[in-house]
Amino acid sequence: MTWTQYLAPLLKGAQVTVMISLASITFGVILAFAAGIARMSSNRFVSGLAFVYIALFRGTPLLVQLFWFYYALPLIGISFDPITTGIMTLSLLTGAFGAEVVRGALLAVPNTQLEAARALNFSKRYTLWHISMPQAIIEMMPPFGNLAIQNLKDTALVSLISIADLTFQAQSMRNITLDSATVYTLTLVGYFIIALCLMLIVRFIEMKLRRGPAFPRGAHT
Amino acid sequence: MNPIIRFQNVTKRFGALTVLDNFNFEVQRGEKVTLIGPSGSGKSTVLRILMTLEPFQDGLLETDGISYHEPNGRGPFKASEKHLHKIRCNVGMVFQSFNLFPHMTVLRNVVEAPVAVLKMKREEAESRATELLRMVGLSDKKDHFPSQLSGGQQQRVAIARALAMRPRVLLFDEPTSALDPQLVGEVLGVIRDLASEHDLTMLLVTHEMRFAREVSDRVCFFDKGRIVEQGEPERFFSNPQQPRTREFLSSILGEQEPIRESISCAR
Ligand SMILES: Nc1ncnc2c1ncn2[C@@H]1O[C@H](COP(=O)(O)OP(=O)(O)OP(=O)(O)O)[C@@H](O)[C@H]1O
Ligand SMILES: [Mg+2]
Repeated sequence: MTWTQYLAPLLKGAQVTVMISLASITFGVILAFAAGIARMSSNRFVSGLAFVYIALFRGTPLLVQLFWFYYALPLIGISFDPITTGIMTLSLLTGAFGAEVVRGALLAVPNTQLEAARALNFSKRYTLWHISMPQAIIEMMPPFGNLAIQNLKDTALVSLISIADLTFQAQSMRNITLDSATVYTLTLVGYFIIALCLMLIVRFIEMKLRRGPAFPRGAHT
Repeated sequence: MNPIIRFQNVTKRFGALTVLDNFNFEVQRGEKVTLIGPSGSGKSTVLRILMTLEPFQDGLLETDGISYHEPNGRGPFKASEKHLHKIRCNVGMVFQSFNLFPHMTVLRNVVEAPVAVLKMKREEAESRATELLRMVGLSDKKDHFPSQLSGGQQQRVAIARALAMRPRVLLFDEPTSALDPQLVGEVLGVIRDLASEHDLTMLLVTHEMRFAREVSDRVCFFDKGRIVEQGEPERFFSNPQQPRTREFLSSILGEQEPIRESISCAR
C-alpha cells in the first residue's frame, strides 16, 4: 500500500471529525450564551443552575464524561447512538467553557455604558441585547477561536466510543499496515488543516464584526 | 407649588463612609441650580441618587411628586424595576465621560431610547432627533459613529440623547471636565441655550464658575455632604458669607482665571 491509498479512509474519518466538531461548536456556542447569561441572572436559582453546569463540565475529564454518557447513562434507560453521544458531550463541554467567555465579555463592558442605559430608562433585557451584547461579542471572538480549536482536538477522544472519526481511521490503518510514521503524519496534517480552516472562519467573523468605524481597535470609549 | 426635587433627611453611606448625612435639599420647577464644591464632597452622589444609579439608606426623596420609596414600603434599596422605571421617566443625565454607545451612529444614539422605551414611531423619533441634533449643531454628523467625533461633539450628542427622552429634570455631572479647553465653549453654549427653556429643571455640577454665575438661578456650595452656603449667583460670588466658601472660591478662581487668560492670549 502506498500513502495515497491511506487517503480515502482518512478523508472519510476527517469528514466525520469535521461534522462532529462543527455540530458541537454550534450547539456549544448556543449553550455558552444561555449558560453565560443565566450565570448573570439576578434569579438565584437560574444562576445557581448555570454555575453547577459550568463547574461540572469544566471540572471533569472529557473522556470520563464520554464514557459516562455512553456506558453509564444507558443503565438508567437513556441511551444515544455514538455520534449523538459524542456531539452532546462535546457541546456540553464547549458550552461550559464558552459560558465563562460570554460572562467575562459581558462583565468587561464598561459600567458607564450600563449607567447610560439606565439613565435612558432601557429595560434590563434591552440593555443586555442592544447595549452590552454588541460590544461584548467582539471581545468574545478570540477566546471562542481558541475554544473551537480545543473542541476540534477533543473530538479525537470520540474514537474511543467507536466513532469512525479521523483518529479512529488512523488507528485502524496503522493496525493493518503497521506504517505508523506515514499514517500518523498524514493524520496530524489533516487535523492541522481543519484547525487552520476553523481559525480562518473565526477571524473572518471577527473582521466582519469589527468592520467600520464603530470599533476602532476594539477600544471602548 | 411643590418642589420638583425634594431630599428629606437623606442618608447615603458607602460602607463605613457616610457621604450624605441627613441631607435636605429642594429644587423648584424650572429652576437652574449649580452645585459646586471640593472633590469627594458628594456632588456626583447627589446626582447619581436622583438618577437611581445609587440607592440610599435613609430618608425620603421625591422627583415630580414620585417617591423613590415604593408605595408598599419596601424601601429605596429594594424598589422594583417597574417603580425605578417610573422615576426615571422624569429624569435625564449627562455624564462627564459622555458614555455614548460606540456601536451606534449618532442618530441611533438619539433615536434608540424614544423608540424602545417611549414606544415612539421610528420616523417620528428620527425627525425629532434630527431637530435636536440641529439644535446642538450636529445635523451633519448624523451618520457618524462616536469614535469619529471630538469630545465636545460627543458631549453635544449626549445632551441631545438625554433631551430626546423629554425629561423634566436634567442632571449634568461636570459635563465639560473631560474636554480639551478649546472644546469647552461649544458644550457650554448648548447648555446655555437649554437654560433659557422655562420648563426644564437643571441641576448642574461644574467647576466653570463663570458659567455657573451666568446660567444659574441659584448656586449651592457643597462640602462634606452638606450645603454650606447657597444663594443667587451674583450675591453668592461677590459676597460669600462662610469662610469655607471663600476659601474654596479663592482656590478655584485663583486656578481658573490665569488659565482662561492664557487661552485668550493664545488665540
Ligand atoms: N461606589 C463607591 N464606593 C465607595 N465610595 C464611593 C463610591 N462612589 C463615591 N464614593 C465616595 O463618596 C464620596 C463622594 O463621592 P462623589 O463622587 O459624590 O464626590 P464628588 O463631589 O462628585 O467629587 P468630584 O468633584 O471628584 O467628582 C467620595 O469620598 C468617594 O470616594
Ligand atoms: Mg463627581
